[in-house]
Amino acid sequence: MNITTFIIVSFIKTVLALFVLLTAVAYTVWLERKVVGHMQNRWGPTRVGPFGLLQPLADGVKFLFKEDLTPPHVYKPLYIAAPIIAVMCALTSIAVIPVGNWITIGGLHIPLQITDVNIGLLIILGVTSLGVYGVALAGWSSNSKYSLLGGLRASAQMISYEISLGLSLVGVLMLTGSFSLRDIVDAQSGTFWWIIPRWNIFYGGQFIAFFIYLMSAYAETNRIPFDLPEAETELVAGYHTEYSAMKFAMFFMAEYANMITVAAVASLLFLGGWHGPVFGPPLLQALLPVFWFVLRIFCFLFLYIWVRGTLPRFRYDQLMAFGWKFLLPLAIANLVVTALVVALRS
Amino acid sequence: MTHLIVFLFFGALCVAGAVNLLVQRHPINSALSLVVVMASLAVEYLLLGAEFVAAVQVIVYAGAIMVLFVFVIMLLNAGEEERTKGSRVALLFGVPGVLVGSVLVGWVLIERTGSQTVSAGALPGAPRTIGWLLFHNFLLPFEVTSILVLIAIMGAVVLASHPDADQGKKEG
Repeated sequence: MNITTFIIVSFIKTVLALFVLLTAVAYTVWLERKVVGHMQNRWGPTRVGPFGLLQPLADGVKFLFKEDLTPPHVYKPLYIAAPIIAVMCALTSIAVIPVGNWITIGGLHIPLQITDVNIGLLIILGVTSLGVYGVALAGWSSNSKYSLLGGLRASAQMISYEISLGLSLVGVLMLTGSFSLRDIVDAQSGTFWWIIPRWNIFYGGQFIAFFIYLMSAYAETNRIPFDLPEAETELVAGYHTEYSAMKFAMFFMAEYANMITVAAVASLLFLGGWHGPVFGPPLLQALLPVFWFVLRIFCFLFLYIWVRGTLPRFRYDQLMAFGWKFLLPLAIANLVVTALVVALRS
Repeated sequence: MTHLIVFLFFGALCVAGAVNLLVQRHPINSALSLVVVMASLAVEYLLLGAEFVAAVQVIVYAGAIMVLFVFVIMLLNAGEEERTKGSRVALLFGVPGVLVGSVLVGWVLIERTGSQTVSAGALPGAPRTIGWLLFHNFLLPFEVTSILVLIAIMGAVVLASHPDADQGKKEG
């Protein structure tokens, strides 16, 4: 593949991935409103289009045409930069996430991934850790007490849970011996004991790590039961209290894009990525892995919404105690046991 | 060629960030300039073929340590610095001092190692190599550093705790 083809293919892949991701973000919001609505015995959005399916479009138009209010007391450069940082970091990590196997179009052998780098997982962790700045700076630059408290809570919470999140992934990395997400997924192909798929959650015994990852992921994305940074009953809306119109929508987009990234990483690392039964004509064979991958992400997102509709919010000291005194020791114990198993096996 | 242009660009960005760190009067702006310095250093590592070090640089420095810096500045609600007579003296002697120092360092480096450049990927940068080096050749320094960090954390806990308040609780 020469340089011109490479650039054209990469450009098309990037545009396609961004389009799909942003559409997915919009419809995750719709799904959340619909599912939580039904859980609370009401209908959710029904007016715009069949089943309210055009509601995200209407919301988008509303956000675009709303007056973009900037309160007079804010620190302007950072107030404007904060939502940009948040949404940029949330959208960047899609670049290294593989969604399926290789496909061949017109003699070109193309991986279904924008770029396959050998430190893919580290890039996702790095970009996500930079996303904290968006939230922290939004809280600080708004120059209001609710925003500041929300920003402080968010940065403390995200740093605390990033440790157990990172440690929960190390077990998988030790089993695979690679940072490349494609290698990690490839290592999980096939079955053992005739029927059980060789996913890390089963075969590597990483179900404790999966549990730790799940818990930390809720905290990292500021979702209920760990949505302390934007606890409505205490902080109005937390770090984005002073934001309106498109700037507010950017924080919203960042949150849902982060949810999708976290779901994708969970599927890739613990649930076997795109592996699943593949059959039928060549076109179907090429598209089925993508379908299985998207199905996993969908289940994960549904779980997110389900938890939101079910659990109450933690208290702040409970959140910190849970992260430092329970999840962190558990993650370290899991790490030691996995290291022992890997050492004994080799 | 593209490689060299990107390298020079991020080198310049790194130096500009460092200068901006000193020029800015508000602590948050200074901290964010330091983030820019860290991030451009990470890109430089990446261009030298050390992708693992680059990723760790972003995760540890830009993503964790600098967030804590910003966190503390937000918590203390630190305002703008004021210019005093001392800062004018520092400017007067500091700028020539920095120039002389950097020229000295540059001279020593060129005298010692010659002026040959390091090509990309010439130095070990893969995670496996770094892990091997850390846990074999440099095991003792590595462990001693971790104990040093542990001592620092314990010191911080001792300094931050209020023994009087604890005693009051026990007596009450």
